[in-house]
Amino acid sequence: MALLEVTNLGISFGGLQAVAAFDLTVETGRLYGLIGPNGAGKTTAFNMLTGMYRPSEGNIRLDGVDITGKSPEYISKAGIARTFQNIRLFDEMMVLDNVKVGMHNRMEYSMWAGLLRTRSYRETEHDMNRKALKLLKVFGMEDKAELSASALPYGQQRKLEICRALASDPKLLLLDEPAAGMNPNETQELMETVRKVRDDFGIAILLIEHDMKFVMGICEEITVLEYGRIIARGSGETISNDPRVIAAYLGGDDD
Amino acid sequence: MQFLSYLARGISLGSVYALIALGYTMVYGIAKMLNFAHGDVIMVGGYVVFFTFCKGGIHPVLAIIIAMGACTLLGITIERVAYRPLRGASSLSVLITAIGVSYFLQNGAMLLWKSDPKSFTSVVKLKPLVLFGGQLQISAESIVTILVSVVIMIVLIWFVQYTKPGHAMQAVSEDRGAAQLMGINVNGIISMTFAIGSALAAVAGALLLSSYPTLIPTTGAMPGIKAFVAAVFGGIGSIPGAFLGGILLGIIENLSKAYISTQLSDAVVFLVLIVVLLVKPTGLLGRKTTVKV
Amino acid sequence: MAGRKKMKKSTRSNLMTFGFVIAFWALIEIVRMTGHMTAKIGGLLIPVCAYVVMAISLNLVVGFLGELSLGHAAFMSAGAFAGIYFYTTAGAALPQWLAVLIAFLIGGAAAGIFGVLVGIPVLRLSGDYLAIVTLASGEILKNVLGAMYIGSDSRGLHFSLKDQFSLGMEPDGKMLLKGAMGIMGIKKFSVFTVGIVLILITLIFVTNLMNSRAGRAITAIRDDEIAARATGINLTKYKLMAFVSAAVFAGFAGVLYALNYSSLVADKFDYNLSINVLVMVVLGGMGNVLGGIIAAIILTVLPEMLRGFSQYRMFIYSIVLIVMMLFNQAPAFVSWRKRFMMRFRKKAPVSGKEGI
Repeated sequence: MALLEVTNLGISFGGLQAVAAFDLTVETGRLYGLIGPNGAGKTTAFNMLTGMYRPSEGNIRLDGVDITGKSPEYISKAGIARTFQNIRLFDEMMVLDNVKVGMHNRMEYSMWAGLLRTRSYRETEHDMNRKALKLLKVFGMEDKAELSASALPYGQQRKLEICRALASDPKLLLLDEPAAGMNPNETQELMETVRKVRDDFGIAILLIEHDMKFVMGICEEITVLEYGRIIARGSGETISNDPRVIAAYLGGDDD
Repeated sequence: MQFLSYLARGISLGSVYALIALGYTMVYGIAKMLNFAHGDVIMVGGYVVFFTFCKGGIHPVLAIIIAMGACTLLGITIERVAYRPLRGASSLSVLITAIGVSYFLQNGAMLLWKSDPKSFTSVVKLKPLVLFGGQLQISAESIVTILVSVVIMIVLIWFVQYTKPGHAMQAVSEDRGAAQLMGINVNGIISMTFAIGSALAAVAGALLLSSYPTLIPTTGAMPGIKAFVAAVFGGIGSIPGAFLGGILLGIIENLSKAYISTQLSDAVVFLVLIVVLLVKPTGLLGRKTTVKV
Repeated sequence: MAGRKKMKKSTRSNLMTFGFVIAFWALIEIVRMTGHMTAKIGGLLIPVCAYVVMAISLNLVVGFLGELSLGHAAFMSAGAFAGIYFYTTAGAALPQWLAVLIAFLIGGAAAGIFGVLVGIPVLRLSGDYLAIVTLASGEILKNVLGAMYIGSDSRGLHFSLKDQFSLGMEPDGKMLLKGAMGIMGIKKFSVFTVGIVLILITLIFVTNLMNSRAGRAITAIRDDEIAARATGINLTKYKLMAFVSAAVFAGFAGVLYALNYSSLVADKFDYNLSINVLVMVVLGGMGNVLGGIIAAIILTVLPEMLRGFSQYRMFIYSIVLIVMMLFNQAPAFVSWRKRFMMRFRKKAPVSGKEGI
């Protein structure tokens, strides 16, 4: 059984079909790319997978369990984590606390335990701190733990978002344009990190990216969307030779 | 018959709320702030009309025009001194400052004009409308109030929809940054909005006090809050919404005064508001905004 | 390593807050023991404590949850009326300390229940719409309590929303709640130390909550609601948690406040009181508990100190408020202040690392 099985997913906003007949199968431990011109419906697909939008039709199964139209909280617990195109961090909170929020449903103690500072509170908090620092270390940010998230430079904010997503022990990680706004060096470094995350954590990653070098460089399977529909799928090589993809990119607005 | 008379009074009171709410809603739409001091501008307008017309004996229309001028000046000054420096600060700090301005106006009025109630003479010197052989009597104040507020609303809608400054206002309301880039003088537009809102408040003050003739420094506070409620009720930012919200609020208030309880009429008004917001979270005519993920 | 350091950092600021409250208590006790306490200051002590609790609890909603509430006085009112109603009726037969304790519990519970009622719209609305609903709830409660008559006689309890006469009481009846006149003949209980203990309990609650998983969830919602949901945080649960706990503590503050006077009227807890508490929170710095406490003390004492110039008092207060907001919040002032501080810092012999 595949980790994620999406069949015939579609959504329309006020009569406008934003995404239609979206199919996808994701296996654990692999890297997937989702590309397409601006407005093709990539982020919309992410929003359906994470419960931000309720699909008008179709079906999403994670580990065999139907999660179609469930709340984002439910889906997060079920094991899908994401980052956002326009970074969404908890700006006023410390870097460390941002990561700890990611563990919200993985390491629990009751409100009363927190209020009374019981042993379970102290032990869980201790474990949380350790785990959070370990995660930050993967991204070389363990020395930034006490800064507020908004004080980080742009590239590290993107990394912190990934870190927070990983803190929820996801089975599937969705990255929405992780390399946006990064220079070639940073992009190269990020590519290695993403690959390392996949290997170390043994999870599946699906990412949206405009940087073709990035996508072609690490994704094992790439899906191309145009006007809300899948127009091609395959390895980087297959995709780059597909006439419809070439037409979509040359005719469309590529950046 | 009794009912119709309550209804007429309700619509009249509602028209005053509508006038105040128009000021609230325009300022909110353009400057994205709740101008809590708006109600107190009404009070200032009321005092100006009181001293020029009730005491000074000049023509009521002239008195109202003077009051409009004074309130316009006051509105622009408040915006310039207290609100403009805070542009870009959190909306909460602007709100608190507005509350400070409200206290300032109330207590300034207290120092200048003392707290003893002044009794206002109506600016309308017409006979009441008598219908059904005397069974239904509608005061001239009510009729004038309703007519004035309808005319003002129509003029405002025309102004916003069909004039150049009106278009500029819409642009600023939609996207301040983009409007600025298009060469619109954003500060000028915001000042203009405060000017219009404050001028309307002066008219509202004169009309309100003609029907409810007790003038004290806190006269504007409760109508101000009610008008704020009316603006939210109708969908804050929407001109027809503010008008509708004001009228409905006035009707609900007067009918519940008549049929439920005088003391509980405000409670009924606020309860209706909460219910409406639960069903339509952005008010009756408010636009639904979706957050982009 | 960093985790332990962080604990120290937040503990340090908490300790400062607790230390401040205890120092305040000690100062007042010393003044009292040395016989320097004036009636004026003595009468202010309990209101100051009540306002401090109000400011700390409102900070939960405004500072930490990031939602604007214009009706915090309503919870204070709900707590005061429920607690005092018990205190003057069933509680009259109990030893006073027990009656007071139960009054606090009942007041907190009543405010909490009212908080749940008001909290439901909180989940559907946000921003200015939420603000108006909290304002409206406060006005509703004020009006209903102000129109409510309760009396008891040999035939039992009587209740009316119209007037005293429609209760139809026997001549031996006793009025318990008299509409706009409220509850009268309260046996006063004003012990400063009880006020301080209540402040400390509130502080422990808020600091422990905010340094726990629940508190992080609440601040996460404030910083980015969408990201919080995507991270698996149940918005309903944590918004209600912040809102209702704030209400409960406002209820405690209400009981404390009401026990300080011989009568209790609903009009006291109006929109202006809510605004005053909000001003304390904002001036103290949102989310800054110690700042809120200091602002609450100053803003309760200041108007009383200005009573000498009674007519100018509120006028001066309003100017101070506007000027302080401009000075603290206006972007131009803030950057000017920063530049000024930087220049000051540069002159001081501190290593460059401090300059951030």
